[in-house]
Amino acid sequence: MVAATLAVAMIAFFVVPFVALVWRAGTLEGEAAAAEPSIASAVILSLGTTAVTVVLIVLFGTPLAYFLARYHFPLKRLLTVMIELPIVMPPVVAGLALLSAFGRRGLVGMPLANLGITIPFTATAVVLAQLFVSSPFYIRAAQSRVESLPREYEDAAAVDGANRWRIFWHVILPQSRAALLTGLILSWARALGEFGATILFAGNLQGRTQTMPLLVYGALERDLRVTFITALILLALAALAFTLTRWLAGVEEEAGDAATFIG
Amino acid sequence: MKAPLYLLLVLALIGCSAHQAGDEASSEELTIFAAASLTDAFDELAERFEARNEGVEVVINYAGSSQLAAQLVEGATADLFAPASPAQMQKIIASRRVEPGAEVLFVSNRLTVVVPADNPAGISRFEDLAQPGVQLILAAEGVPVREYTDRVVATMPAAFQEQFYDNLVSAEDNVRQVAAKVALGEADAGIVYRSDLNPDVAGRVRQIPIPDGQNVLATYPIAPLADAPHPELAQRFVAFVRSAEGQRILAEWGFEPPRSGPDGQLR
Repeated sequence: MVAATLAVAMIAFFVVPFVALVWRAGTLEGEAAAAEPSIASAVILSLGTTAVTVVLIVLFGTPLAYFLARYHFPLKRLLTVMIELPIVMPPVVAGLALLSAFGRRGLVGMPLANLGITIPFTATAVVLAQLFVSSPFYIRAAQSRVESLPREYEDAAAVDGANRWRIFWHVILPQSRAALLTGLILSWARALGEFGATILFAGNLQGRTQTMPLLVYGALERDLRVTFITALILLALAALAFTLTRWLAGVEEEAGDAATFIG
Repeated sequence: MKAPLYLLLVLALIGCSAHQAGDEASSEELTIFAAASLTDAFDELAERFEARNEGVEVVINYAGSSQLAAQLVEGATADLFAPASPAQMQKIIASRRVEPGAEVLFVSNRLTVVVPADNPAGISRFEDLAQPGVQLILAAEGVPVREYTDRVVATMPAAFQEQFYDNLVSAEDNVRQVAAKVALGEADAGIVYRSDLNPDVAGRVRQIPIPDGQNVLATYPIAPLADAPHPELAQRFVAFVRSAEGQRILAEWGFEPPRSGPDGQLR
C-alpha cells in the first residue's frame, strides 16, 4: 500500500509537468505564432546542425568504437572515461571547456584565429558543442555491440583476405544495425536538446546560432507563445526519437530470437 | 487506508525544511529582483544595509531586467523590483504586481563601448562598430541595455545601422554576459553600461566612450511589489538606496544621480 502510494506519487510527478506544458500552451491566445520567423529559423538551424553532427558522429565515432572494442592498449580505461565524461558532465562546463580550446584566445582557437578562422558564435560552434556532448552515446552503444560479437567471424574473414573496411561492412555492420541506429538516435536527441554548452560557446543569434532550446529560453521573456510552441516541437521530436529506439529494440529482439531459432 | 497518513508524513518532511529556515533566522529576509547591471553596487548596498539592520538578510536575484519581469509576471515572490528601464517596470505595473505610482527613479547610467584590452579590431570610436568584419556582441532584444543601444543606433545614418546589425554575432541574456564575453576576448566589441566596468572586467577591456550628446540616459526605477512579504523593510531599503550614502556607493560603481530620462519619467 505504501509502496503503491509512493509509486503513484512518482508517476504523478512525471505526468503532471507534461500535461501542464500542453495545457499552458493551449491557454495562450493568439494565432500567428507558428508563422513567427524565429521559430522557423530555429527549427531549420536545429535540424541542420544536428544532421551535420550525426554525420560526424558516424564518420569519426564508428572507427573509434571499433578500436575501443577490439584492441587493448595502455591507458584505455582513462581514454574511455574521457570519452564518456561528457555524458555526465554539466553542459555549461563543456561549453567553457570548448571555449578554452576553440575560443579566439583558446589553445587551438588562437592559432586558428591567426589564420582568420574564428569558431565561437558560428554554426560550427553549435555543431562542435553538440558533437562533444552527444557523440559518447553513439560511441558507447557501438562499442558494446561490437564487443558482444564473437571475434571468429572477423578472424575468418581476415584469413580469407578481407581488409578491415570489408570486414566492418560485411561482417560487423549487418549484425549491429539496430544497436548502432539506437545509439545514433540517442545521440541525435541529446544534440537536439543541447543548451548549456551552446549558449556559452556558440552564443545566441537568431538564424545563426539560436537553436530550438535557446529559443525556448530566450523567448520566455519576449513571447510566451513562441516559447511554448517551440517547446512542444522539441517534445514531439524527443517522443519520436524515443519511439524509434523502442521499435528498433523490438526489431533487434525479433532478429535475436530468429537467430536462436535457426541456430 | 494508510496512504493519507503516509502522504502527510511526506508533506511534513517537505515542510520541515521550510520551517527550519524560518527558525534559524529569527531574521527577516528581504528579496530583491535587480537588473544585472546593478550587481556590484547592490551587493555593497546590501552588505551595508545588513550591517545596520540586525537580523536582516538581503537576498538578490540578478538577471536581465526582461527576464526578471517575466519571472515576476509568472508569480515569483519578491519584495522589491529594480529594473534598468521604466519600460520593464511598466510591464509589472500592467500585470498589477506593482501599484501605479509606487516606483521611484533612483539612479541613472550611460552606455559605453568596450573592446578587449588589445583591441583586435582597432575600434577608436562608436562609428567604427559598423566597419565590416567587426564581431559585435549586444544584449538580446527586450533587455534594457539593448533598447537603449537601439535608440542610439536609430539616430545614425541608415548605412551605419545596417552594417552595425550585420556585425552582430551574439545576443546575450543580460549586459554582464556581454561584458564577460568581451573581457574573454571572444568578440571585438560590445555595448554595456559605464557601471559594468567593475574591477574584474576593467583590467581586461578598454572603454571607448560614447559622447554624452550621442549617448542616452538609462534610468532605473525601484518599487516594492504590491504583495511584498516585507513591505516595511522594502521601504527602508529604498530609502537607504536614495540616501546620501546609498547614492555615494552607486556613484562609486559608475552610476549617475537619478535624472529624468527622455520619456520625462521622474517621480
